Amino acid sequence: MTATASTGASAPSILERVAAAKTRARRLFRLQFGLTWVVLLGLLVLGLWASGKIDLEFIASAGPYIVQGAGLTILISISSIVLAVVLALLGALGRLSTNPIINGVASLYVSLVRGTPLLVQIFFVYLALPQLGVTLPVVLGGILALGFNYGAYMTEIFRAGIQAVPGGQAEAAKALGMADGLRFRRIVLPQAVRIVIPAIGNDFVAMIKDSSLVYVLGVQELLWRASTIGRRELSSLEGLLIAAVVYWGMTIIFSFFQERLERRMARGDR
Amino acid sequence: MTATPLPDHGTRPAPSGSGYDGALPAHLGDPIVKLEGVEKYFGDNHVLRGVDLEVRQREAVMLIGRSGSGKTTLLRCINFLEEPTVGWVEVDGLRLQADPLRARSRRHQEQIRQMRLRAGMLFQEFNLFPHMSVLGNCIEAPTRVKGISKDKAVAAAELYLDKVGLLEKRDEYPARLSGGQKQRVAIARALCMEPKVLLFDEPTSALDPELIGEVLKVMEDLAHEGTTMIVVTHEMHFARQAADRVVFMEDGVVVEQGPPEQMLDEPRKEGTKRFLRRFLTD
Repeated sequence: MTATASTGASAPSILERVAAAKTRARRLFRLQFGLTWVVLLGLLVLGLWASGKIDLEFIASAGPYIVQGAGLTILISISSIVLAVVLALLGALGRLSTNPIINGVASLYVSLVRGTPLLVQIFFVYLALPQLGVTLPVVLGGILALGFNYGAYMTEIFRAGIQAVPGGQAEAAKALGMADGLRFRRIVLPQAVRIVIPAIGNDFVAMIKDSSLVYVLGVQELLWRASTIGRRELSSLEGLLIAAVVYWGMTIIFSFFQERLERRMARGDR
Repeated sequence: MTATPLPDHGTRPAPSGSGYDGALPAHLGDPIVKLEGVEKYFGDNHVLRGVDLEVRQREAVMLIGRSGSGKTTLLRCINFLEEPTVGWVEVDGLRLQADPLRARSRRHQEQIRQMRLRAGMLFQEFNLFPHMSVLGNCIEAPTRVKGISKDKAVAAAELYLDKVGLLEKRDEYPARLSGGQKQRVAIARALCMEPKVLLFDEPTSALDPELIGEVLKVMEDLAHEGTTMIVVTHEMHFARQAADRVVFMEDGVVVEQGPPEQMLDEPRKEGTKRFLRRFLTD
């Protein structure tokens, strides 16, 4: 009787203490982790400041002008990623098609784009197309170049995602009388999208940074502003530091939303 | 749901090939599934070597045999998840010839789709759609394939979910269900399409032993209510309880068939005896 009572009383208290210890350990980890970042970044800032070479006046005066370029960077990144997703979906369907012409077109697209550097493609839009009589507005040209480039890489992501949906899913849909189009749209594609969301998110983060390459077109986005004004005022260090901080901030913010999206998409899997 | 009494067609002589000696069981209707000379090759592997089989309305037929004997392939040939190499398949008046050379033709594909609306299938791995709720799984095909209104589809889905005892799980996602519950939802999903015959491909093989019973119970109820079904199974006890007829296959042909008592207790063919001896001692 006494033994039972004492177990009954002590077991919950042990569980509570284990849980409390775990919470403490987790908090401690987070604290130390955060402190590490603060110390390292602090040292970096301190070092730059102590060098005496940082022109705070330039940062104050040119900062707003540079930061405003982020708007165009975001616009270009979002437009390009949307174009890339559309192209990738079509490309993946093409790569999986049993029609030799459609499959050939999609495969050639992937091979050509993946086999040439992104910078060559951007220059192609800027310098080579005008020679053929096609002159695009620079922002549009940049979006097309980035979208086509990322679309080719994402084609392979989408293709793998579609193929990763278990074959039993398509069979079950077939057995219920669902025709090809309906089956793909309602059963296979939604599951493939969930599989590729993390990879697409990574590509979007990469896109935010690669969008800087369109500065060679003279698009007045973040990097163009930072490098142009920096060179003119002999303050490239400050200019590029500002641009780097803004790029970094944008990727952190986006990664936060991406994580939330992934968690929501995983709803059915738990 | 209370079981409606099965119709009584009285005593009729059993035609040859029906699998019954003497008289036909009184509740059976006319033949609704007919397979004629069905053969299937996978490459050089001759998996089905000419199968003829008739299944009557309200009949529960259990296909037994060693793995590799062709029973699953035969089942999958009925709804053309495998295109037979040669032969005819007929379900509820729709008669379709195997056409492996033009298997992808639009006309053939549409006929296959019509065949699948007549024959629902249950899989070893359940294959519920993980991105849809239980109810979503059940109304997807009725609304989008048959064009039934959502209200009606939901009402039917609730009826069938209740029948398999899972109405309270209607808003749950498949990942939250046990294997036995998944298979019961899959049965409800198939019933929602109101097929003429249900094809079960080893529906309990992927289940933990303690979950097999709940699925077999649902299937047994369906059989006793007069659902036409063809079941590939290794559950001999279940076959004895629920089958009107047991069909033994070996090396891609039907070796012997008959009522469960006869097939399981006094098989006539040497192959059947050997299979059962090994099976029952395992």
